[in-house]
Amino acid sequence: MKCRKCGSEAVINMRQHKLALCEQHFLEWVPEQTQRFIEKYKMFTPDERILVAVSGGKDSLSLWDVLLRLGYKADGMYIGLGIDGGVDYSDQSHEMCTKFLENIKTTAEDQSPTSNTYSPTLHVVDIAKVYGETIPEVAGRTLRGRGKPCSVCGLVKRHVMNRVARDGGYDVLATGHNLDDEVAVLFGNALTWNAGYLVRQSPVLPADKPGLARKVKPFCRFYERETAAYALVRGIEYIYDECPFAEGSTSIAHKEILNQMEKDSPGTKLQFYLNFLRAREQGLFAEQATRVELNACDKCGQPTSAPGLCAFCRLWEKRHREAAPTLEIKETNVIATD
Amino acid sequence: MDVMVKIIYRNKHWELPGGMTVRDAILKCGLNPEQVLAVRNGKLINEATILKDGEEIKLVAVISGGTSLQGIR
Repeated sequence: MKCRKCGSEAVINMRQHKLALCEQHFLEWVPEQTQRFIEKYKMFTPDERILVAVSGGKDSLSLWDVLLRLGYKADGMYIGLGIDGGVDYSDQSHEMCTKFLENIKTTAEDQSPTSNTYSPTLHVVDIAKVYGETIPEVAGRTLRGRGKPCSVCGLVKRHVMNRVARDGGYDVLATGHNLDDEVAVLFGNALTWNAGYLVRQSPVLPADKPGLARKVKPFCRFYERETAAYALVRGIEYIYDECPFAEGSTSIAHKEILNQMEKDSPGTKLQFYLNFLRAREQGLFAEQATRVELNACDKCGQPTSAPGLCAFCRLWEKRHREAAPTLEIKETNVIATD
Repeated sequence: MDVMVKIIYRNKHWELPGGMTVRDAILKCGLNPEQVLAVRNGKLINEATILKDGEEIKLVAVISGGTSLQGIR
């Protein structure tokens, strides 16, 4: 199979686009498409400061790489969740993020592949050091974490990401969600006709409430195999192991169902997502969505649907009676917060 | 003993006869080609590549997840 652009051997065939590309042209195509999505969905401009939430996985590290190559002022933020799972999962993830930053800096010193002179920073927030407990520990003593810590983990990550973005003066928070992540969520919410969630699912979530950072997903139209291929071809070292708690998760089950359809009918996932965005834009879910009045949390100030403490602060209420811990944000290369 | 193509995926491996495409080999292993990438000698190869006897192919899983359903927000 030959590259459509130059005729040399292709490394990837994207059946939904009827497009096969060689290494060089695939490495050009991913940033070009990312830039197209950034502009199409009005995510951010070259003047804005971007905080990329990095996990050590293929999507977030590839996103950080692409944004830097495109010349954006993009810093990273890693949240240490304290997940071991027998494979030192969190430690390994952290190491991947640190290695990535070192490689970017080394490459930039040798020769700038990006003509981006920006020197990126990695912010590290260690949950156990800041709040006194790891994610599995806090999940183990709360109702929300019954059996699996994924719900607690999502809540903590959303809170911390918002806070670091806001306190660090970032204009926008970028996550590495790919199209497979998006359609898995869409599929789950469509199965239950959860209009409240459906109406909010978008490539851009505006900072329409005080305390909320604008969130963007520049990779939302790439298939997961494309982001993995980008990391492999670009030589980005990432953590292959899935989070030990993700095994048997609903989102992975939904991805498998959707991939089964994609195998038999290429483009199914892409059409599902694009047609949803179109329908959403046309107001299909707007009338169904419940308008939720948000209040500022008494303790941390972040928006919450009920007056008083937000769900995040209630998590730690029994453990901490004092004010919310301070997250120290410094403009250095690697920051350990404690 | 016949020389075959060795396919490695996580802690499993399969031995298949040469001459088939990467895509067919992945299907033969009971996997979904949408969910893996094939790597030969550290290089990504496309799904139409014909495999030859004696080659070793590593399959890399592309799925990640674990987010809660509404977890995008």
